[in-house]
Amino acid sequence: MYEFAYHRPGSVSEAVSLAGDHADGKLLAGGQTLLPTMKQRLAGPSDLIDLSRIDDLRGISVKDGVVTIKALTRHVTVATSPEVKAAIPALAALAGMIGDPAVRNKGTIGGSVANNDPAADYPSACLALGATITTNKRAIKADDFFQGMFETALEEGEIITSISFPVADKANYQKFRNPASRYALVGVFVAKVGAHVRVAVTGAGSRGVFRVADFEAALEASFTPAALDGLAVPASGLNSDIHADAEYRAHLITVMAKRAVAAAA
Amino acid sequence: MTATGIGASVRRKEDFRFITGKGRYTDDINRPGQTYAFFVRSPHAHAAINGIDASAALKMKGVLAVLTGDDIAADKVGGLICGWMIHSKDGSPMKAGAHPALAQGKVRYVGDHVAVVIAETYTIARDAAEKVVVDYTVLPANADTASAARPGAPVVHDVAPDNMVYDWKLGEKEPTDAAFAKAAHVTTLEIVNNRLVPNPMEPRAAVGDYDEGSECFTLYTTSQNPHVARLVLSAFIGIAPEHKLRVIAPDVGGGFGSKIFIYAEETICVWAAKKVRRPVKWTSDRTEAFLADAHGRDHVTHAQLALDAAGKILGLRVKTTANLGAYLSTFSSAVPTYLYAPLLSGQYNIPAIYAEVDGVYTNTAPVDAYRGAGRPEATFVIERLMEVAAREIGRDPAEFRRQNFVTTFPHQTPVIMCYDGGDYPQALDKALELADYANIGKRKAESARKGLLRGIGISAYIEACGIAPSAAVGSLGAGVGLWESAEIRVNPVGTVEVLTGSHSHGQGHETTFAQLVSDRLGISIDNVAIIHGDTDKVQMGMGTYGSRSGAVGMSAIVKALDKIEAKAKKVAGHVLEASPEDIEFKDGKFSVKGTDKAIDFASLALQAYVAHKFSGQELEPGLKEGAFYDPTNFTFPAGVHICELEIDPQTGIVTIDKWTAVDDFGNLINPMIVEGQVHGGIAQGVGQALFEGAVYNKDGQLLTASYMDYQMPRAGDLLSYDIAVTNTPCPSNPLGIKGCGEAGAIASPPAVINALTDAVGHEDVPMPATPQVLWRAAQRAVQKIAAQ
Amino acid sequence: MTAVSMTVNGQIVSADIDPRTLLVQFLREQLRLTGTHVGCDTSQCGCCVVHVNGDALKSCTTLALTCDGAQIVTIEGLATGDVLHPMQAAFRENHGLQCGFCTPGMIMTAVELVRRKGANLDEHTIREELEGNLCRCTGYHNIVKAIAAGAQAMGAAAE
Repeated sequence: MYEFAYHRPGSVSEAVSLAGDHADGKLLAGGQTLLPTMKQRLAGPSDLIDLSRIDDLRGISVKDGVVTIKALTRHVTVATSPEVKAAIPALAALAGMIGDPAVRNKGTIGGSVANNDPAADYPSACLALGATITTNKRAIKADDFFQGMFETALEEGEIITSISFPVADKANYQKFRNPASRYALVGVFVAKVGAHVRVAVTGAGSRGVFRVADFEAALEASFTPAALDGLAVPASGLNSDIHADAEYRAHLITVMAKRAVAAAA
Repeated sequence: MTATGIGASVRRKEDFRFITGKGRYTDDINRPGQTYAFFVRSPHAHAAINGIDASAALKMKGVLAVLTGDDIAADKVGGLICGWMIHSKDGSPMKAGAHPALAQGKVRYVGDHVAVVIAETYTIARDAAEKVVVDYTVLPANADTASAARPGAPVVHDVAPDNMVYDWKLGEKEPTDAAFAKAAHVTTLEIVNNRLVPNPMEPRAAVGDYDEGSECFTLYTTSQNPHVARLVLSAFIGIAPEHKLRVIAPDVGGGFGSKIFIYAEETICVWAAKKVRRPVKWTSDRTEAFLADAHGRDHVTHAQLALDAAGKILGLRVKTTANLGAYLSTFSSAVPTYLYAPLLSGQYNIPAIYAEVDGVYTNTAPVDAYRGAGRPEATFVIERLMEVAAREIGRDPAEFRRQNFVTTFPHQTPVIMCYDGGDYPQALDKALELADYANIGKRKAESARKGLLRGIGISAYIEACGIAPSAAVGSLGAGVGLWESAEIRVNPVGTVEVLTGSHSHGQGHETTFAQLVSDRLGISIDNVAIIHGDTDKVQMGMGTYGSRSGAVGMSAIVKALDKIEAKAKKVAGHVLEASPEDIEFKDGKFSVKGTDKAIDFASLALQAYVAHKFSGQELEPGLKEGAFYDPTNFTFPAGVHICELEIDPQTGIVTIDKWTAVDDFGNLINPMIVEGQVHGGIAQGVGQALFEGAVYNKDGQLLTASYMDYQMPRAGDLLSYDIAVTNTPCPSNPLGIKGCGEAGAIASPPAVINALTDAVGHEDVPMPATPQVLWRAAQRAVQKIAAQ
Repeated sequence: MTAVSMTVNGQIVSADIDPRTLLVQFLREQLRLTGTHVGCDTSQCGCCVVHVNGDALKSCTTLALTCDGAQIVTIEGLATGDVLHPMQAAFRENHGLQCGFCTPGMIMTAVELVRRKGANLDEHTIREELEGNLCRCTGYHNIVKAIAAGAQAMGAAAE
């Protein structure tokens, strides 16, 4: 790692002020992506602002059909939360598929969403469930939040405080893992609320997580796997690497979407 | 059999320290005043070095030195060597390009060693390494095996303008061509044996130390063969004479071949320790391990099998191009030649075999022995050919194999090997039964109903372990003999130290070797200590690789035990006032035949040392004997592995359902440990078949340089294996044992690919058969089913 | 340099450290607790797993400073005196290790797994839970057996 100055604020306002003071600094949540990146010297923040002691940023609540998960809530907590399991089982299941047990014991939802890794799992849930990302400044709709690979609507000094997921009638997440890294090679989150269906795909898009309008339309007409017969996301614009070329990813999106619908229905 | 003797599944003596965190691996060792080395590595696959500017690095606080190829040259440090001479067909010697420990004028692969920074801490060394400015002229590079020797390919070493290290052959061409001329059927396959990265969980590490008073060097390192390391560092690289160089390989966290070799980093640590007059430590990170550990496999092969009308094999013809990387690593030249082609006969009667192997240079990491080393490649060729030939002529693959098995021994193949014993049909029968081969059709139909493709694949492998005898390997070009040493030191109280030249890095020698000694001397296994891995303690040895430690290392112990017994009987004769010929040794007691006069082993040991009962003129005091054992032949473990699996054609995901392994390792010392070796070997072989592949892009950049891109087999990818054994004791060593360390890795890749090709109904399934590969392969099967 | 203090295997330790210090470096280099190993750079091999406030964490992906005030247990702290933890004993009894390098991380992962999921673990669960622990020697067969047996023994000991 390159040298950095370490800060451990006790409150969100203190963290915001530190972030404002250190433009080349980074917020450290669980660190399960940031620290490996720094170890490999692919990132060299001047300052690390360790959020781990801001206890206000932990916790899960369910109210008025909305599951609100505070930013520093760990994946293991979401995966095992009786509230989340009851309200949106697909969300708990997704959290249980991130990384491995030790990573889930440390990694946080806020860190994952803020990083917007194109192969991360949570962005698909945010987008498909129509989540709202709340920061110290404002509330941002998921549709506006994710803006491309590692790009989000977050401004400098802005800290995610919680993420709210409206409860869906039906939802499911199907993950096809990258065989080596175990990140999502293709992950498809399908959610149905009333007549509306949202389908979000992670891992596959060269600009990060995205929705699939014609899948959504077809599923709104008939929420069955067969409704997706013959439909496919065009391979152009999808990632291609040694594990999966764009054509294979395009194929997997349809397969995973069908399986998600079957599991959700 | 006693509870701790030969044949008992004794729980391992070494485990206590490992399960309590008290193992002592190289990186756990710290010397007073220790400094840290970090290597500046080439980011280019091929480039000329115009200059190295270390001035900024040297100005940094805590930096002691930045050393380059010029310093190596000035100190006359010799280059790294390849210890096995291979001759081309025309009799010319292989073309070995110079291999300096730090590059001189040119870099030849990504990760090649350009300079080393020595600093007070690892972090400073790494920071400073980024400040070393290297002026490169990037040259065209080639990483591809098949095209390496084609006209116009970038030249890696001037000594080999066509990138050919050698063009070598084994067997006779004319009789083989004649066999093909009269064949009723010829099966032809194009095979790529994928490049692998060994990946022991402990990365390589070294601590070099120099004592100015005694002018002695010490190297602590992750080695499978510390004596060979010392020999090479002394005699060839010229760091220090052997009596001034101690090499210690403490606990070593796996090797799989990759820790046999004498690498640049370890060499530099010893050399630099004297230069900076401080101990120098280097620990590889995983990325460096991917870049610079010797890789394995990487063959491109054209293979043909000729059959007569009745399905009898007439001949085998193989042409292989083997990628040796950018430099010849320590034993690299032997792997695709003498460790490969002599195994092409498999378990079969093949009257004529002709193999040609071109070893080529590319701009990639050196390629050398990795678990199995040549034998997995050979087994893959013959077992794929057997499977495909059976399918082509409409025969059951199991019965086709049986028809062609070698059944009488000794059996001389056309490619050097003389198989000394075995019972191949027995292993096949047992495996077919355990795998419920007879009912595979029903299971396939059940899978098909679920839209899944089920396949079964057989691999009947043979391997050759414990390369020997020394005179024979010498005649084939080996630079060393492949014997083993043992020394038994009986202490006055009857405890025993066994000094062995074998090295345990997971194999459990501290237990199995102790079982042998305990069994033979009738003493508690707790009173036997196995000492290895230190050239100051063990005089000489050849180390552990090629599944040789049982067959060769333990045989040396047997020979030393014979001498101990003979000497002890003489002592007993004096103590019991009888002629040594009348002394019997049984169950830890020396007794006079036909009397009740006896002395136990511990008391006898004391008598040997107090030496009151005999004169030193007629019998030397003490009880310590040494032996060097040179085998008469290889050992030939063999067996049958059967893989049954199911592919989801929608995703290409494969699930291995059942793994059956029936192996003939001869007599077993510790069945628990043998089974463990088989498990691990299968996992690595399945890894090769399904998951692992080192991929370089066309510029020679390694795309799989971490676990983010190189898939290691995980627990969830694998299954519990069904293991059984047969036993035809090996006639070529006193214990009747064969090697077991590599069998799983040798047997399993063709079993997997034969099962996959069975499932998809065609032969076009390359390794690693990743989900993407299998999805594409399965589409053809799905289309075929739809068409029906 | 920044001050840090934590409890490691029951003992309070304090030091001034470079903020870059990872927990694994603190344990291995500062405290000379070398049972915790480093096998990769990408948080995947699990050789470095220790318990931080009861959670199994990858100590190569945790800053030592983040652990200020925490309770750490490493492989060296698992046995009670000379009495092995049931999971340690199960690894030996079932030949769940060969070279021993991944073993500390395996055992620490397994112990926490039992705490989370109980003593009755089926093979599938154990294999899935080892997602973050690599072993190159054993093919996992005996590790899976060892964890199942160790879990039962932990359950029996807790009763």
